[in-house]
Amino acid sequence: MRTSSDARTSGGIRLTSLALMLIVGVTLSAQSPTYHVGRPPTPDEVKAWDIAISPDGHELPPGHGTAKEGRDLFIEKGCSQCHGRMGEGGKAPTLIVMKGMPTGPGRMPGMDMGIQAPGLMAVSAPFATTMWDYINRGMPLGREGSLKPDEVYSLVAFLLFRNDVIKSEDEVLDAKTLPAIKMPNLSGYTEHPEWKHATPRLVNYP
Amino acid sequence: MKSKKPSRRKFLTAGAAVAGAAAGALKPASAEAQGAPAAASAAGAAVGKKDIKELIAYGERSRFVTSLREPAEGRPSPDAFGLTFHVVTPLGESVGSITPSSLHYVAAHRGFYVPEIDPKEHRLMIHGMVDRPLIFTVDEIKRFPSVTRVHFLECIGNRSNARRQTVAQTHGMTSCSEWTGVLLSTLLKECGVQKDASWIVSEGAEEVKGASSVPLGKAMDDCLVAWGQNGEPVRPQQGFPLRLIVPGFEGIYQTKYLRRVKVVDRYYMTYNDYGHLQKDPKVIALTSQIGPKSVITFPGGGHQLNGPGYYEISGLAWSGGGAVKRVDVSTDGGKTWKVAELRTPTYRMAHTRFALPWTWDGKEVDIMSRCTDDLGTVQPTRAQVAKYWGEPLTPQFNVKGADNTIQMWRIKADGSVINANFV
Repeated sequence: MRTSSDARTSGGIRLTSLALMLIVGVTLSAQSPTYHVGRPPTPDEVKAWDIAISPDGHELPPGHGTAKEGRDLFIEKGCSQCHGRMGEGGKAPTLIVMKGMPTGPGRMPGMDMGIQAPGLMAVSAPFATTMWDYINRGMPLGREGSLKPDEVYSLVAFLLFRNDVIKSEDEVLDAKTLPAIKMPNLSGYTEHPEWKHATPRLVNYP
Repeated sequence: MKSKKPSRRKFLTAGAAVAGAAAGALKPASAEAQGAPAAASAAGAAVGKKDIKELIAYGERSRFVTSLREPAEGRPSPDAFGLTFHVVTPLGESVGSITPSSLHYVAAHRGFYVPEIDPKEHRLMIHGMVDRPLIFTVDEIKRFPSVTRVHFLECIGNRSNARRQTVAQTHGMTSCSEWTGVLLSTLLKECGVQKDASWIVSEGAEEVKGASSVPLGKAMDDCLVAWGQNGEPVRPQQGFPLRLIVPGFEGIYQTKYLRRVKVVDRYYMTYNDYGHLQKDPKVIALTSQIGPKSVITFPGGGHQLNGPGYYEISGLAWSGGGAVKRVDVSTDGGKTWKVAELRTPTYRMAHTRFALPWTWDGKEVDIMSRCTDDLGTVQPTRAQVAKYWGEPLTPQFNVKGADNTIQMWRIKADGSVINANFV
């Protein structure tokens, strides 16, 4: 267990050398196994679990869908029961931007279920892949993970079409076209600054 | 666990019946009850006898100890769907620096069902930008060299506002445990991290597979894959059988039910990351690591002092950047400060108990505490933070990022204590 005296030694010069060691540790590719515990996963095991979608979309599975298909699925899959028939007016957060409605962080219509999203994902997510990732892993409530890739592509297309991000109900979204969509809030997104060991959060912040 | 619930309910009912029967002769849990020791021990013995087997198998606290967690903001938890939402630790009755596992705060990105995971079936996979992807059973994880460290967790929603009056409501979304596990860096080195990697994505096994991006530098520094909490396996509400501990970072990074770590070369903006969507680089810098913070837990909002005289002011201090270096306490509304005693070891990214002997003269007074961590960073007031952002200090002023501002309590002449940050 670390003690306060350990903590104190990690300041100043020691900190610099520790940081250097860390960088070397991270960048060296020649880390060899020490314990030989565990086994390599099979390709199928990796494929089944590899569901976090990068903004470049390289984990997206094969499949495709359109807003037209998504409109029907939105009702068939029960999305409309919580979010309203066309994505608004339900007890779950509205998914459709309305005139004069804030799209940034804050309280949104339909937030009485307690979900605190930083704005309306369909227009504030900087990448369309975030919507695919969220719907695929987190919806519908109680039957998470049950949607097939074609269905997720269609539901993302439906929400993007209803929010005027894509212009046609017949536009086909797939592993190639979805990551290429320019989301309206791409410029409203900032990367985290690089985290460093034993460093205050923000210089000059009181 | 399922089979235990009914018997516990029976126990509580039986206890209530005994208490009810004795009510005519005895006022339980009151000072007057001490004047009737024979009656009190008789009632206690009756309860003890009934469930002595259960008490031996897994000890219960005294039925006279009543501190309980409560839903944050009064939102039901579990709700009508059975979803667990934010539940706060009763800090107003906290002792020492370790939070009992039963009273550890619970938070959920959007509400969740606590999964029942068989540890024999659970796996942790590490893959992505590594030379040797590996999959581990829980037993295999336990074969690695372990470390045991004390760390706090805190939800970024842990902040004082005018609606929150007790210390549980203003600060109860932080708790502190002794965590046992393997350093994530040990596992990552076993897999061989490739040179262009810069982030990891950690993911849970619950229904939504909650996932967060964590900087690789942090992952290699001090993150833990924990299976132990306060001398026993991690509790189901806290991520049984495996939880990622990211010391000093806000709660959402501390992935429960950890089943997967993918080493990647960019921020993924995945499920939990979306909560960090920010435009201002200064705001985003204030969202991951928790700043130096403290709160007086006694006397605090909702407490009632029983007249003037000697009291020990007591509280908790912590920092996401390191260890607590010192805590100052003011008993005159911030005009003068005294150095408090640190009553527990000052571990890095851990709660530290502080105390200050104090005699109350019976007049209305504002008390507050201020933490300085070993980086030299000092806990700010709301006024200082408002000034930094160039915004007027009104009760509505919302601290951006994680709120580590000073909490002021007002002790009124009648001994009642209220939240003075917003009056």
